[in-house]
Amino acid sequence: MTTLLTFSMGFAFACVILAMVFCFIRLLMGPASQDRILALDTLWMCSMMLAVVFGLYFGDQVYFELALLVALLGFVSTVALTKFLIRGEIIE
Amino acid sequence: MKRLLPRPFTTGALFLLWLLINQSLSPGNLLLALVLAVGIPLLTSPLQPLPDPRPVRPLVLFRLLSFALVEIIRSCFNVSRIILFVKPDKVKSQFMRIPLDLENPYGLAMLSCLINTTPGTVWVEILPGSRELALHVFDLHDEQWWVDTIKTRYEKPLIDIFEGGSPA
Amino acid sequence: MNGVENLPAWVALPVSFLLILGGCIIFIGALGLLRLPNFYQRIHGPAIAITLGAGCLLIASMLYFSVLQSRIVIHELAISIFILMTAPVVSMLLMRAAVYRDLRAGKHDTGAESGDVYRLPAEK
Repeated sequence: MTTLLTFSMGFAFACVILAMVFCFIRLLMGPASQDRILALDTLWMCSMMLAVVFGLYFGDQVYFELALLVALLGFVSTVALTKFLIRGEIIE
Repeated sequence: MKRLLPRPFTTGALFLLWLLINQSLSPGNLLLALVLAVGIPLLTSPLQPLPDPRPVRPLVLFRLLSFALVEIIRSCFNVSRIILFVKPDKVKSQFMRIPLDLENPYGLAMLSCLINTTPGTVWVEILPGSRELALHVFDLHDEQWWVDTIKTRYEKPLIDIFEGGSPA
Repeated sequence: MNGVENLPAWVALPVSFLLILGGCIIFIGALGLLRLPNFYQRIHGPAIAITLGAGCLLIASMLYFSVLQSRIVIHELAISIFILMTAPVVSMLLMRAAVYRDLRAGKHDTGAESGDVYRLPAEK
């Protein structure tokens, strides 16, 4: 059973890391600003899930706080960026 | 009572949230939760112009949420299948209009949350100057089916919940 | 990894299953973000990763810690509720920003015109 658990945790870990790589490529590729912001938001979410998987792997509840904080900060920063995208051009 | 607890729902939610995050029922945490739950709505309720919603018919709400959960899981697998196996230029994703009857702001907020949480559909906006909702659907086959589903499965329960008169 | 050895099988199996399923869903979502051709399709990719992928991982975490510490550990619910409340707001704002920007820029190949809901301003 331990082998199975370790394997599945490693699998989830690898998936999240790969997802982060994909998001990073999209973040670099663009083409428009909204694509970059979408990639950044997904990157935030992926790091939150990474924290959850870490918490499972090390059996430590501290990672929960990390996940909660990352989710909060990700939401606030994405909303700020999007607001800027919507409003920045209306003002200009 | 009304002055001390302007928003009973926010108070309850904050109380539960504090206990949930701290994972304890010790007297100190209960007291702190109580202070926060009474204090925060007192300070922030002027920011919110609308009164608290009066939820009636919890049964309808429960049915709506369970339907939405099933729909989320189903359309998640649909979207995964399309991403993995269908060539991107075969996917027919487009905007569509849906006429809405719902007026309650809380009802609209909840409708938009449910629609946006379901993978494959994104609420764009209520078109200015009309009562129509602009919706983007990932893989649109049958426009009428979407209109019917949203009207009957989502909107009607929400009208019942938020605009239906006396509690059932 | 303390105490994992004596975790009973009836909890190890669902936790592993949920972890693998959640990992697959997150992977597919990010793949959609990378591979779909235009923004309006791309926005649907991460939606599945955020709702169901994160949901699977959080349920697995709840189950795992509840059994491991033999008490009810449900504070992951706070994250789930938070995500369920914020992810729709983010996608709605992003969608709106994209539509407004594309309409204002007057680009024809972005897909903003599909379905005849939004029209580009007429050419002068």
